[in-house]
Amino acid sequence: MSEDGGGAKSKTYLPDGMPAPAASRDGLDREFYEAAKRHEIVVQRCARCAAFQFPAEWICHKCHAFDPGWHRVSARGRIYSWERVWHPAHPALKSACPYLVVVVELEDAGGVRMVGNLLGDPMQEVRFDAPVEAVFEDHRAGHTLIQWRLAS
Amino acid sequence: MNENTIKDKVAIVGLGETAYYKRGQAPASEFRLALEAIIRACDDAGIRPTEIDGIASYSNDRNDSVRVATALGLPELRFSNMFWGGGGGGGSGAIGNAAAAIVAGFASTVIVYRALAQGQFGRFGQTPAVNTISGPIAYTWPYGMSTPAQWIALRTRRFMHEHRVTQDALAAIALACYHHAQFNPRAIMYGHPLTRAMYDESRWIVEPFHLYDCCMENDGAAAVILTSRERARDLKQRPAWVMAAAQGSDYRQGAGAENLPDYTTSNFKTLAPRLYAMAGIEPKDVDVAQVYENFTGAVMTSIVEHGFCHPDEVMDFCTVENLSWPNGKLPINTSGGNLAECYMHGLELIIEAARQVRGTSTCQVKDAEIALVASGPMVAPVSDLILHR
Repeated sequence: MSEDGGGAKSKTYLPDGMPAPAASRDGLDREFYEAAKRHEIVVQRCARCAAFQFPAEWICHKCHAFDPGWHRVSARGRIYSWERVWHPAHPALKSACPYLVVVVELEDAGGVRMVGNLLGDPMQEVRFDAPVEAVFEDHRAGHTLIQWRLAS
Repeated sequence: MNENTIKDKVAIVGLGETAYYKRGQAPASEFRLALEAIIRACDDAGIRPTEIDGIASYSNDRNDSVRVATALGLPELRFSNMFWGGGGGGGSGAIGNAAAAIVAGFASTVIVYRALAQGQFGRFGQTPAVNTISGPIAYTWPYGMSTPAQWIALRTRRFMHEHRVTQDALAAIALACYHHAQFNPRAIMYGHPLTRAMYDESRWIVEPFHLYDCCMENDGAAAVILTSRERARDLKQRPAWVMAAAQGSDYRQGAGAENLPDYTTSNFKTLAPRLYAMAGIEPKDVDVAQVYENFTGAVMTSIVEHGFCHPDEVMDFCTVENLSWPNGKLPINTSGGNLAECYMHGLELIIEAARQVRGTSTCQVKDAEIALVASGPMVAPVSDLILHR
């Protein structure tokens, strides 16, 4: 388990060996991954009706316009739910438990939520609705994960 | 009321089960187990296997309907159907589809089965070790959030926060299921009673779920036969009449990365009213309920969404006393269910509901007339069933 963002820079919250996320081959969510590498968060926002949408789809679920555009949002939100995981469901996690998973509701994205890890002590007390900010975790394999830490 | 209802036009007439085993311990191949359960269900009903002319299943069943029809030498396969979605969401849906096929005249005698021999295939509850992933799972798996226990825990935790629910409600569900298994010699956990202290001391899988909040993983097979009203009356067993069935999913429940708009729902909010309307009953008329337990938290929200208590009354309603046979207000999972009888993807819960209305359960609710089955909580789609005597 590493320190949070400012600690040992080469380390990541979860160990190496977890599956690496990649854009879908059909290109549906390429923009999201390119933005994450730039340390930005983008989600779909319909050019016609302005509805937010995440994960991506080819059509807007509100107005049925195709190819909703992408929109940069702030990298801030609140803890909507959380859990402490004790049982490793993946071989790479065998020595990484417990760890914290949070569902973060972004502050300016129409209620869009993202799943990540809450950096810091895995045994810390977690508060619902606590404000958090994104930490972009660059991996040697070339991908960037969006993690969260309590906002200062 | 829709005049095309399936109500009282079809019955469950045959029940078949192999012995149930711990995961990986089945002595026979999965397909053989499926056939054994089907033959037993035929024997139970008093029908010849060659009378079967329809097959319905769910959860990406590996035991192909055409192979079953070929193995049994069925003269004619007139209906072959699979309910979308994984896990336990389709158990009642497969029964509903079978009933609809019979009412529509597609088939006359339909079998629903489930067979699991995980030793021969991959394990549930484990994430495959792959290098790269895409699509909605790519937003959760890299963060160690990949299993049903983990997503249902997140949603349960939020529900508990919103409605001031404590661990006591989850424990009560586990304790009631284990209590019922102690009367059921078929149950894997028969002879293994659970106490509150054992529950509290058991390891966390993912907070708020202890080990005993999670379903087992088992091997075995189960089968159910349905037929028409006319045929049902001539058979060996008292028919378990299909009073209502419903299936489906609420608004955008498939949204990935935990973006489902109604975050804590079991996904029964739109089904349950349709179910009760078809049956022409209210929640208070239900004598016994079989509520799919993938995890106790989703049982709790299923109980709420079927109208047995208000979300803010969970702490009063979900007690060991209320949920336990023989004196509880709503005995649930009276065979032990997925937690303590056998994890047969909930088909064992449907069999138990049929036993209750036949009057042959090992935890027989006195004068049980109406049994409800809820299949699949916190997945999409889900399904529901009501049987009556």
